[in-house]
Amino acid sequence: MHEMSIARNLLEVIERYAPANGSARVKVVRLRIGELAGVVPESLRFCFEVASEGTVAHGAELVIETVPLIGRCRTCGVAFHVEGYVFICPHCGSPRVELISGDELDVVELEVEEEGCP
Amino acid sequence: MSVITIERKILEKNDEIARQNRARLTEHGVLALNMVSSPGSGKTSLIERTLEHLNGKLRVAVIEGDVHTSLDAERIARYRVPVVQIVTHGGCHLDAHLVAEAMTKLDLTRLDVLIIENVGNLVCPANYDLGEAMKVVIISTTEGEDKPLKYPAMFRQAAVLVINKVDLLPYLDVRLRVLKQNALCINPSLTVFETSCTTGMGITRWCDWLLMTVARGVKTRGE
Repeated sequence: MHEMSIARNLLEVIERYAPANGSARVKVVRLRIGELAGVVPESLRFCFEVASEGTVAHGAELVIETVPLIGRCRTCGVAFHVEGYVFICPHCGSPRVELISGDELDVVELEVEEEGCP
Repeated sequence: MSVITIERKILEKNDEIARQNRARLTEHGVLALNMVSSPGSGKTSLIERTLEHLNGKLRVAVIEGDVHTSLDAERIARYRVPVVQIVTHGGCHLDAHLVAEAMTKLDLTRLDVLIIENVGNLVCPANYDLGEAMKVVIISTTEGEDKPLKYPAMFRQAAVLVINKVDLLPYLDVRLRVLKQNALCINPSLTVFETSCTTGMGITRWCDWLLMTVARGVKTRGE
């Protein structure tokens, strides 16, 4: 259900930005999804296939870039991959860690084909 | 083949409505809490105890999210506070649009606190901003000390952690210290409360904190 709702939201964004001339088909959708976003790519692909039926993006391939969970220590300034979701600096032990990346749920770009123009 | 650069958040529409909700709530000086937990952790019981305790001290309304029933809203209505039921019909989380609609049924000018009880689920509600001032995550001791590690996004986003059913600790193989440690590793800035909605333990401390938070908000707005 979770991925279905995200798939529907994704379709809304695509329909807002894809050319509305009737002959364009979205072939590829590039996404950026963070480790912490809690989205299962396979599940999202399945839901998107179902949800996109009859839309400009039906049959489009979802290309998903997984963004690593990176934190930066506010005490010593070191950036590090957050292992096991422990937001504690592995260098100085400080718990003052800010999130640099890993919570993304973004649409990056669409590849669109005009019918009759391969 | 042409490439169209979008660079948008998938949930941009939800986030935009959440911003509007937050602006309306802030304008009226209402503290909105998004209460999240797995099913059966005691969200509704905690809200009931809170309403009992704050009766006459704060003006509270409740938005109840439920997958199929209005059972929780019926429980809350006994406390004679404004309550709006959202039935998601299978949906596993509340979104900003549903909350915006529910808010139109409430008189925000007569409120200090809006408690939004999300659908029982520690995964999906983490992605959907509702416009709340803070997320309050509730975990019951019976769920085990590893829960924060299994649902890190929710614990990372929450400002407050309420550990409920502490009266059951003597019967469980759960170490409260480890449970807290696991949550604080993910989010060291969590404010932690330990409660039992059955015995009433810890409810005063939680409610005092709510009163203080509202008072501080009122002061800030007055400045």
